Amino acid sequence: MLSRTADNIYWLARYVERAEFTARIIDITSRLAALPKAYGGTGAEWESALLAVDALDAFKEKHDVADEQTVLRFLVFDQDNPSSIRYCVERARTNARAVRTALTSDMWQAINSSWIEMRNIERAVAPFERMSRDRIDPALDAVKAMSQDFDGLAYRSMLRNDAYWFNRLGLYMERSDNTARILDVKYHVLLPETESVGGSLDYFQWTSILRAVSALTAYNWVYRESIKPWLVADLLILRKEMPRSLVSCYDNLSRFLDDIARAYGAQGPAQRHARAMLLRLENATIEDLFRSGLHEFVTKFIDDNNRLGALLAEQYLLN
Amino acid sequence: MVEQSFWDEMTGGTGDIRAVYARIDQWLRDTPPDILAARRSQAELLFRRIGITFAVYGSADAAERLIPFDIIPRVIAQKEWHLLEEGLIQRVKAINAFLTDIYGPREILRAGVIPADLVFQNPAFRPEMAGRRAPHDIWVHIAGIDVVRTGENEFYVLEDNARTPSGVSYMLENRDVMMRLLPDLFAAHRIAPVENYTDLLLNCLRSVAPPTASGEPCVALLTPGQFNSAYYEHSFLADRLGVELVEGSDLFVRDDVLYMRTTQGPKRIDVLYRRIDDDYLDPLVFRPDSVLGVPGILNACNAGNLTLSNAVGTGVADDKAVYTYMPEIVRFYLGQEAILKNVPTWRCRDADSLKYVLEHLHELVVKEVNGSGGYGMLVGPHATKEERERFREKLLADPANYIAQPTLSLSTCPAFVEEGVAPRHVDLRPFVLTGANGSRVVPGGLTRVAMRKGSLVVNSSQGGGTKDTWIIEDA
Repeated sequence: MLSRTADNIYWLARYVERAEFTARIIDITSRLAALPKAYGGTGAEWESALLAVDALDAFKEKHDVADEQTVLRFLVFDQDNPSSIRYCVERARTNARAVRTALTSDMWQAINSSWIEMRNIERAVAPFERMSRDRIDPALDAVKAMSQDFDGLAYRSMLRNDAYWFNRLGLYMERSDNTARILDVKYHVLLPETESVGGSLDYFQWTSILRAVSALTAYNWVYRESIKPWLVADLLILRKEMPRSLVSCYDNLSRFLDDIARAYGAQGPAQRHARAMLLRLENATIEDLFRSGLHEFVTKFIDDNNRLGALLAEQYLLN
Repeated sequence: MVEQSFWDEMTGGTGDIRAVYARIDQWLRDTPPDILAARRSQAELLFRRIGITFAVYGSADAAERLIPFDIIPRVIAQKEWHLLEEGLIQRVKAINAFLTDIYGPREILRAGVIPADLVFQNPAFRPEMAGRRAPHDIWVHIAGIDVVRTGENEFYVLEDNARTPSGVSYMLENRDVMMRLLPDLFAAHRIAPVENYTDLLLNCLRSVAPPTASGEPCVALLTPGQFNSAYYEHSFLADRLGVELVEGSDLFVRDDVLYMRTTQGPKRIDVLYRRIDDDYLDPLVFRPDSVLGVPGILNACNAGNLTLSNAVGTGVADDKAVYTYMPEIVRFYLGQEAILKNVPTWRCRDADSLKYVLEHLHELVVKEVNGSGGYGMLVGPHATKEERERFREKLLADPANYIAQPTLSLSTCPAFVEEGVAPRHVDLRPFVLTGANGSRVVPGGLTRVAMRKGSLVVNSSQGGGTKDTWIIEDA
């Protein structure tokens, strides 16, 4: 496979996953921002939304105040913000268009239709000064549908060869980064100061984290008890049965990297790095993580994850 | 208007429906306009979803536009087609012989059949290729010959495209959409299939691999990239051929061998179906500022390690001035009369012809010798006085750059347009494939239709549309 093709497939998957994540963050943030102060509203929800999608610096360069309207516009339609839905969909389509031959036609159509839909939505919203929820909800829904269609079609229709493996690598690289970021933004509410912190404030914050990654029901199934901060962290970091957890992402990354290595007949630095990270996650306990500091753990994870991205690019994408 | 003088493919101009069109006619009479309109928007949706778009240069807002698709198929009887097919193969054979000769012994020039300066002064002539031979003496593996029809068995060649002809993806996608859209109408006819075009193309490309290639020659398709107007077609073809779609930056030449960069390291390419012009192919030889091509690719070719398809320098054969000599070229190399007629053409380089053209501008079509896509041409009868005057000046300034032809009475076919079902002018571009084992023409081609009433310009860049073309076994 052409290195450029692999690169396009990989980034296509990343942008699709990122678009969905941004949509989810917007969803959760407007839910939180609507809460009265006593139930967890802090007034800084929109700023933490920017943090969660790693777009705070980019935002600050353009805007002063992180209020709802400005952030919404920035996260949905801004053309230069690499986390905005518009940007991700645009890039996803550009990448898809460049590698149409490596995708199944259904996958291309999933991307192309939502690109067209996004443009229509943007045109419909443009004349209004205020972006109310009912005006942008269709955009959020379209993006989630795109991501789910695309992912499902890849799973159902792609040949199990390197094109599929690079698609999966992009998906899990982006997903592990996103899960780690949302943990990092909210780590302060995850600190287990006392077991009975309780209070509606934290309760809504925690459930919002779980909701953002579609894990609220999963939590109830796995733990069968009320929401505890360290269990939220346990679920999102160390539980293999949770498809968005860091360990689950690395289980997949390591597996698909091995598929590639087997097909190409050579292991490399990317495989070794992914395996080492997987081992570390498999052997960790939630007590260890909290003892040495959740924030420190997550920060290091994000760095290590980026390192895998760099190794992968060097080994396969930049030949 | 003079519309009555055009030959209509459905009625033959007599009012009686020709046998091949009987079922189409019945279908049109049975189908109310709103159903036709619904089918048309269905077709549009399909095309939009699949993403079959093309870019129009210079129109920023329509970066990706759909070519209008007309849902009424054009029908040609098989016996009419056979005549056409024979003529097309003959013509491509002559073109290949001409190129072998021009870059070789140049017998045709020494025999005085065509003037030498027409070849040597031609911007598409590549001195770099002089003394070179193409594998199996085939220079043009893929040709698109534009044909117009003026009567039952009267076909004229309007233009030969021997460089990188495009449009074949429309032939294939139009067929696909028609089968989905109108299965009953489709089933009521015995239509010759076009689907095997890409299989034939792949065999053809493999058959001309250089001798140093491995047993299973590696074929790739070179595109200028996704902003090129025909990118859709490039990716479509690569997909159907099952070959890599490469860009210049994916390729490099080492020791006169062409490689592509892959996730597993460099991989050798033996046959490159290139869809970029000679000018951009090799910055070491042609335009040094080209970033689309590959430095050294011509060396790989000349060292016998790579076959370029089509070969470099084929443009000299499809130039509009050389076109006027096609009957003589066929006669010279094949000893036969050309089966397909040329449109009578005045070469403005001759003083007498120029005089005639200037006196008859209002009834002639004037074209640039090297132009394409309907740009830079004058359709005399439809032009304003000012447009004609402007062209008169251009002609006087550089007569050798122009040829003129009578406005042909292009045949019409029924088309579904705003006013309902009405006749519109059409042309046809069939595709001729030539490999080591001879030439093949897939039964069909790209029918282009001028959607505006009375218009004779079918180019998609000028608002023309397309139709599916059915070659029908029996009436």
